[in-house]
Amino acid sequence: MCGATTGGVSLEGVNVAKESVIQGIVTRDDEPVGNAYVRLLDRTGEFTAEVPTSVTGHFRFFASPGEWTLRTLAPKADPVDRTVVAQQGSVAEVTVAI
Amino acid sequence: MSRESALVDADWVAEHLDDPKVVLVEVDEDTSAYDKGHIKGAIKLDWTTDLQDQVRRDFVNKDQFSALLSERGVSNDDTVVLYGGNNNWFAAYAYWYFKLYGHEDVKLLDGGRKKWELDSRELTEDATTREATTYTAKEQDHSIRAFRDEVVAAIGVQNLVDVRSPDEYAGRLMAPAHLPQEQAQRAGHIPTAASVPWSKAANDDGTFKSDDELQKIYSEAGVDWNKDTIAYCRIGERSSHTWFVLKELLGQQNVKNYDGSWTEYGSLVGVPVALGDERGEA
Repeated sequence: MCGATTGGVSLEGVNVAKESVIQGIVTRDDEPVGNAYVRLLDRTGEFTAEVPTSVTGHFRFFASPGEWTLRTLAPKADPVDRTVVAQQGSVAEVTVAI
Repeated sequence: MSRESALVDADWVAEHLDDPKVVLVEVDEDTSAYDKGHIKGAIKLDWTTDLQDQVRRDFVNKDQFSALLSERGVSNDDTVVLYGGNNNWFAAYAYWYFKLYGHEDVKLLDGGRKKWELDSRELTEDATTREATTYTAKEQDHSIRAFRDEVVAAIGVQNLVDVRSPDEYAGRLMAPAHLPQEQAQRAGHIPTAASVPWSKAANDDGTFKSDDELQKIYSEAGVDWNKDTIAYCRIGERSSHTWFVLKELLGQQNVKNYDGSWTEYGSLVGVPVALGDERGEA
């Protein structure tokens, strides 16, 4: 989508100082994937949350500080796992290529 | 109830797309998902407007639910098949809701919208029109709905199953991690509640695990199959998913969903709250 900021949807109205944001984009051959699902797994591998990607391929989680795994599912693709560290007051950006 | 009567797969739905007595109903947390594409012939229920009273915190009443289904073209003798995003959270919630108002034949599409999409099955933006009916809801069946006083009385007595994520259970998060966290209530869980995240019952693609796997998961978490059970989460939708597993798939008697859940319990004055990963004392 034209003018989409990094991380996609605006964080306006969200108190980022209090949040531990993990966000990013899912791509296939450098093109955004708008019909993927991103699962957030905690440090024990337990499911914590899941979001579908936006039409621009973006996703976002409000996690707590610590290490997390992002598991991405998409049609006609193998699941992809990526680890990420979230910190309060910052936004962790992740690009997932499937 | 059993897996065979409560759950259908995508092939079953594909074979019944043109069956006038089968009504597909999509219910999503993201209430705009339906408009971007839905299974052919499916109608939409919006859990925030159609299923909630717009003034006080409660469900629409029997007459309102009757009027809603009449207007959407659902008959009392229709087979209602629910599906939705988020691994069927809100579809399971609507399933429980239809059962609460006494609808006879309700089924859930295994894997919901996600499995349908991951399998690259067809979605359409075509509008669905169904002729209005005269639907009559029954009185609420409170044998499947728990209220706060009985939840407090169940501490240390019945199975309490907290189906939120481990971090919500322990009090490290206040809400699912795809939602902003700032909220007013206290964090933690109801003392003695077992932590069995709803997601343990589902595979990555959103389908339910086998009955044997499910039995094992809840047994190992300390659920006593000889006791009555109350499931809760944050607002009662994920616990509908677990209610569905325990009551409809495993056939457990006396399972209730506490729809007030943590947003009610965690705001009550004077009730006990446990913090951390341990169950806590009664």
